[in-house]
Amino acid sequence: MAERGTPGHALANWRVLAGGAVLLALILAASLAPVLAPYDPLDQDLAAQLSPPDWRLARDAHALGTDSLGRDVLSRLIYGSRVALIVALVAGVLTALAGTALGLAAGFFGGWTDIVISRAVDIWSSFPPVLLSIILVALIGTGLWSVVAAIVLIDWTRFCRVVRAETLKQRRMDYIDAAIVAGLRPSAILWREVVPNVLPLALVLLTLEMGIAVVVEAVLSFVGLSISSDAPSWGGMIAEGREVVHQAPWLLIGAMLALLATVLGFNVLGDGLKQELDPVLR
Amino acid sequence: MSRPVLEIEHLSAAIRGGPRLLHDVSLSVAAGEVHGLVGMSGAGKSMIGRCVLGVLPAPVHVTGGRVRVSGQDMLGLSERARRKAGAAMALIPQDPLSALNPSRRIAGQMTDVLRLRLGLSRDEADARALAMLRDVQLRDPEGVLRRYPHELSGGMRQRVLIATAFACEARLIVADEPTTALDVTVQKQILRLIRDLQRRHATALLFITHDLGVVAKICTSVTVLNSGAVVEQAPVADIFARPRHAYTRALLAAMPRYDRPGALAPVPAELLG
Repeated sequence: MAERGTPGHALANWRVLAGGAVLLALILAASLAPVLAPYDPLDQDLAAQLSPPDWRLARDAHALGTDSLGRDVLSRLIYGSRVALIVALVAGVLTALAGTALGLAAGFFGGWTDIVISRAVDIWSSFPPVLLSIILVALIGTGLWSVVAAIVLIDWTRFCRVVRAETLKQRRMDYIDAAIVAGLRPSAILWREVVPNVLPLALVLLTLEMGIAVVVEAVLSFVGLSISSDAPSWGGMIAEGREVVHQAPWLLIGAMLALLATVLGFNVLGDGLKQELDPVLR
Repeated sequence: MSRPVLEIEHLSAAIRGGPRLLHDVSLSVAAGEVHGLVGMSGAGKSMIGRCVLGVLPAPVHVTGGRVRVSGQDMLGLSERARRKAGAAMALIPQDPLSALNPSRRIAGQMTDVLRLRLGLSRDEADARALAMLRDVQLRDPEGVLRRYPHELSGGMRQRVLIATAFACEARLIVADEPTTALDVTVQKQILRLIRDLQRRHATALLFITHDLGVVAKICTSVTVLNSGAVVEQAPVADIFARPRHAYTRALLAAMPRYDRPGALAPVPAELLG
């Protein structure tokens, strides 16, 4: 058994393995999409609209069927992973950075910094997030980067609240006092004493946020406020599939399973990382 | 006689807009001396320690008096000057678990302080941390340095903190109930360890405790505190032989002793101020 706290030990944790596998699969699908996809995701075959899944390995077979414009569902699913991955990584990381930084500042410095940031969080949280994101995207325009911006602008509060509470808790520990007595500068105390204790939490939240970001993008695609409707994305596919769910349920099922697996994978990864990163739990 | 390391004169403190916590407290601790600060819970013992170290909880503020460490006034200092002056002081806390950062290995936590205080290089600090851990009689000091705090027992953690406090050559160490969280057998070893190191380094030690038995073992002089005010101050032998104040007598009567079995007398309510 590898020593605790090492990458070797983390890899023996099934949660980390399963979550990591999902993330890896997503990265592979996104980066190798042109190789993996049997068809161009935009190619329409109007002679083969809504054809059911066909598992024969024939040259012109559609393994997961086609949509109402005769586009290959499997290829669209694979290309759709690009949108999901970009949103998960970019929006997730940016949200984590913004929220964690503000939460640390509020919890560590207290006083007016805390009052201003905490009231902002309160006001933000009083809006229903999906509504707020739809309004935001409607204001700043559709497109992938607008979706990313909307997610960051809305979800930073999730990190901010949790990180602030944890920082406040850390701030009251004796080792912070000991560090003050020892003469460490506040910045050094923040980096060496507080951040290492808050980081595992932020990382776990990040994996959750990655799942949430994918869902939010899907929601915005569903209402037609994400990327253009012919470009493949899972939310868009679910929206299309819903209209023909009685004739062609495979449209809906494929995208939903992809979404489900991704979100579940991120969450399991978060659970596993929590176990591995917390020095007391592991 | 040279100037005491710690001088507290007429120190008063209060919660902002609230009750008074300390009233006109004066005491001094010379190099090589162990001064006991005793009193019941809430008497203000820890507040005095925190005030000296400059880590008062946010709502508490000093309303009057002076605290000098090695002749330097600690209360009027800017934050920057305070950080420098802090080099003369160290804390041995009550709860050895919360005094160590759970997510960092022992080595980093010890050497951080040593490098900052003594200006040591990384290797020198490592060597010194190791030597100090040997000094506090920890078995397998190399192993301890690599561990996380939760992997050590309470007694081991307290030894690590004692090692850190003495390793950085503080002239004044504030020990805030250093043995309260430990079981009795370990308590005795830790007390002996603190006393030995204190004698060897000729440190001024402000020893905060509610346990008069501990005071008898380790202290040279005692300040008895009740409701934030000094009720009696004397060499340790006098406190036990000829307690002058009724509150001190009541505290002594409430202390269990082998040589005088029988019922313990609670401190009478009228003495609680």
